[in-house]
Amino acid sequence: MSAKLDTTGPTGLSELDRPNSYIGRSVPRPNLTRLTQGRGQYVSDVVLPRMGHVAFVRSPHAHARIVSIETAAAKAAPGVIAVVTGRELAGVCTPWIGVLTHLKGLKSAPQHPIAIEKASWQGEAVAAVVAQTRAQAEDAAELVAVDYEELPVVTDMETALDPGTPVIHPELGDNLAWERLHVAGDPDAAFASADHVIEATFGFGRHTGVTLEPRAVVADYNAGDGRLTVYQATQAPHMIQNILAKHLDLPESQVRVLCKDVGGSFGIKVHVYADEVATAALSKLLRRPVKFVADRIESFVTDIHARDHRVKGRIGVMNDGTITAFEIDDLTGIGPYSMYPRTSAIEANQVVNFTGGQYTCPNYRALARVVFQNKNVTCQYRAVGHPIACSVTEGLVDLAARRIGMDPVEIRRKNVIPDDAYPCQSSAGMKFERLSHQAALEKLLDMMDLEALRADQAEARRRGIHRGIGIASFIEVTNPSAAFYGVGGARISSQDGVTVRMDAQGSIHVASSVTEQGQGAEAVTAQVVATAFGVPIERVRVVTGDTDNTPYGGGTWASRAAGIGGEAAWQAGKVLRGNVLSVAGAILQAQAENLDIRDGLVVDAETGRERMPLDEVARIAYFRPDTLPPGVQPEFVATRHYVPKRYPFAFTNGIQGSYVEVDAETGFIKLLKHWCVEDCGTILNPQLVDEQVRGGIVQGLGPALYEHCLYDEHGQLLNGNMADYLVPMAFEMPDIEVGHVSTPTGESELGAKGAGEAGTAGAAAAVMNAVNDALAPFGVVLTSIPMTPERVLRALGRV
Amino acid sequence: MTPRPLSFMVNGETVRLLVDPRRHLGDVLREDLGLTGTHLGCEHGVCGACTIRLDGEIVRSCLTLAVQCEGARVETIEGLSDSGEVADLQEAFRNRNALQCGYCTPGMIVTAQDLLLRHPEPTREEIREHLSGNYCRCTGYHAIVDAVAATAAGRTAKGSAAA
Ligand code: FES
Ligand code: FES
Repeated sequence: MSAKLDTTGPTGLSELDRPNSYIGRSVPRPNLTRLTQGRGQYVSDVVLPRMGHVAFVRSPHAHARIVSIETAAAKAAPGVIAVVTGRELAGVCTPWIGVLTHLKGLKSAPQHPIAIEKASWQGEAVAAVVAQTRAQAEDAAELVAVDYEELPVVTDMETALDPGTPVIHPELGDNLAWERLHVAGDPDAAFASADHVIEATFGFGRHTGVTLEPRAVVADYNAGDGRLTVYQATQAPHMIQNILAKHLDLPESQVRVLCKDVGGSFGIKVHVYADEVATAALSKLLRRPVKFVADRIESFVTDIHARDHRVKGRIGVMNDGTITAFEIDDLTGIGPYSMYPRTSAIEANQVVNFTGGQYTCPNYRALARVVFQNKNVTCQYRAVGHPIACSVTEGLVDLAARRIGMDPVEIRRKNVIPDDAYPCQSSAGMKFERLSHQAALEKLLDMMDLEALRADQAEARRRGIHRGIGIASFIEVTNPSAAFYGVGGARISSQDGVTVRMDAQGSIHVASSVTEQGQGAEAVTAQVVATAFGVPIERVRVVTGDTDNTPYGGGTWASRAAGIGGEAAWQAGKVLRGNVLSVAGAILQAQAENLDIRDGLVVDAETGRERMPLDEVARIAYFRPDTLPPGVQPEFVATRHYVPKRYPFAFTNGIQGSYVEVDAETGFIKLLKHWCVEDCGTILNPQLVDEQVRGGIVQGLGPALYEHCLYDEHGQLLNGNMADYLVPMAFEMPDIEVGHVSTPTGESELGAKGAGEAGTAGAAAAVMNAVNDALAPFGVVLTSIPMTPERVLRALGRV
Repeated sequence: MTPRPLSFMVNGETVRLLVDPRRHLGDVLREDLGLTGTHLGCEHGVCGACTIRLDGEIVRSCLTLAVQCEGARVETIEGLSDSGEVADLQEAFRNRNALQCGYCTPGMIVTAQDLLLRHPEPTREEIREHLSGNYCRCTGYHAIVDAVAATAAGRTAKGSAAA
């Protein structure tokens, strides 16, 4: 499919219509051929001379004092290079506390790369064994004898704040990490005067990212240079550089972070993990390269988990369908520490920020409480907070519609913020530049052919087959400014930079501070630079993920690579074009403004007539500068940085639809079809946007139906492997239709907003509403995900 | 655990090694032979990232002990790429953006090729079913199904043009 650019946008879009523009075209990504041939280089593939492999001894208990650690037998085992405890590692690495100052009152305890006094969740590392092979390291790890004194375990977030519950970090006083209350309008009055008030409690199970390549790091401290080189699958190389330098007592300039191919991230690989810092510290301690690759079991107990929220929600509605108030009480358990440095309070914060944000309703009360527990830590994973806010909002809206006998489409038509009401602000205080809820809704209905679906549903119902239709609109936060982390004191950059350079054959070398984990950031960067500068895309080569060789920047997270990194690339490409044309003008004795670069040639801007090829300009500049007029100094390199300034975030919006079949005998839910309309502003590459949306949707469907980290009351993860933790596979997933509305942001010339989390934001809500539609004749409503067969049967009273 | 001699054919080359009996084929391919196109995602037989061809059948190299492969013929993504056998599948994956991070892709392509050799004209359902042992976290599968279907159609068209 081809996307048409919306040329009615507020600024400079005509610039994008340059001849031979790649903007809006589905250009295949340049790095795919190598990956299809198995010729990628992932961190797990990296091998260095003298490299040791680390295996961690991990606590089998969720909460236990470490009484003693006996390492002699392990040290004597074959191939062992070193056995290191937390206390020993503390000599080369300082601890950290995962708080941000703008999340007022957020507290957490100091965390060490390897636990010293006590282990606070099952899986926390208590010792490290480095050996010549991973197998030897694992063998020796079994010989490390740790004497534990078990401590009372806090698992249930509902009782975490009760006076009788033990406090995990006594020095903090209680198990409350953070709390936020937000009130807008007059919710009490609105509820009191509403024709109906509907309440429901929603549950969001803990789940995790399950990147196919587990977390991996190779740290190489060269004592000769005093320099640490770290190959790490990370979304934020400069952030990792800063953190490692800070805690290993090195200047940032002596830490180089390299990020090659990454086997999936989704937020899992944007955090600072204790075992990864430990690997770097071990390299410094042992003065040789050390490699850590989490195995799948370790991934389940140490990769951040997400969600684990219980939300009590209320909605007030009038008989005519006007929504008058929303209220939520969100409780979330984040594990024993707030994750470093992004903290584990952001998800709850976003739930408060986004609930009800699609609607005009001015009255809102939200309470969020974030509590500690002895489970693995939770933190930001794809679509942070969005699926929760969306499912609560859209679940309540459907319940309200049902109560007053209104069509779910009608109640949304009546209450969404109208497309002509922008700019405006939500009741949570979110600033919206321009969204398109109405257009997106109508487009979705078209794509779904709602009438035909309803006919099919009715016909199936007559045969005793229960099908349901659900829709869910959502907002998505993208292109974050410093408002996310920088204002809270974290050294996480919100700006990005791109350097472009013309080589001696007229090819373009691009170095960008955003990173590539499969979403196509490099491809989009190449498209943008090729268009801005004027060369065929084959002549553009993009490098990312190297703190020595790219400008300083944030990386790729929170749907920012295309919108922020892309704009920097656009600006840099334009500057380089100007630089090259001024030299070409000097050679051709023409005015630079009358020239242009198109398809790799310097041409007359007016007529398009060829004046000289780029490689000729490059040849003269690099090899015969003596022939240039006096005073002409070619500068064939340009750098530009970009950060949005007018809005803290570029909000986007969209809507999803789901058609499901529920088997009332077995409780199985079959996904028949899924639709999504989203609005990411200017679409730089339609195919990449569509595939981001599809992949994101499936990451929302998994937790809706299957994915759940199940803990017992002792804090033991019961299903920490891929056989027992169910992920979506090809057979269960539906075909997914994706459509677009395009409302470019006026902040940048490109007008692109993010698209990476739209799919995940609304998928579960659409399915939940569809399941409840299917089950409507039974008079039951499901409000907790995953909606497992057991939960369906329980709701139906059949087990 | 004494290392045992192992002699087998990998991508058309005879290889002789000494390997610990406990090591699985995936590790030996990756670590001893540098064939890092075979990926490890779970090492317990669920994700399919490590899929290779052993004597013409697809197997999970993480569930296959290297010493079981004495005298066997092993083909990995590197071999299948260089012989050109899966070139059209690779092209279809690229054009359809049927990979994002690419970590599942070698296993997907080996598995898809197995399907197309057995069933040259599979339905979408059959494609989804055959790929159901291969986990992909990035794509949501739709694009992969499209790419395999497009390859099947391309091969069928070519076959009937030749006939
Ligand atoms: S690594 Fe072999 S199936 Fe997952
Ligand atoms: S492309 Fe990343 S796992 Fe499939």
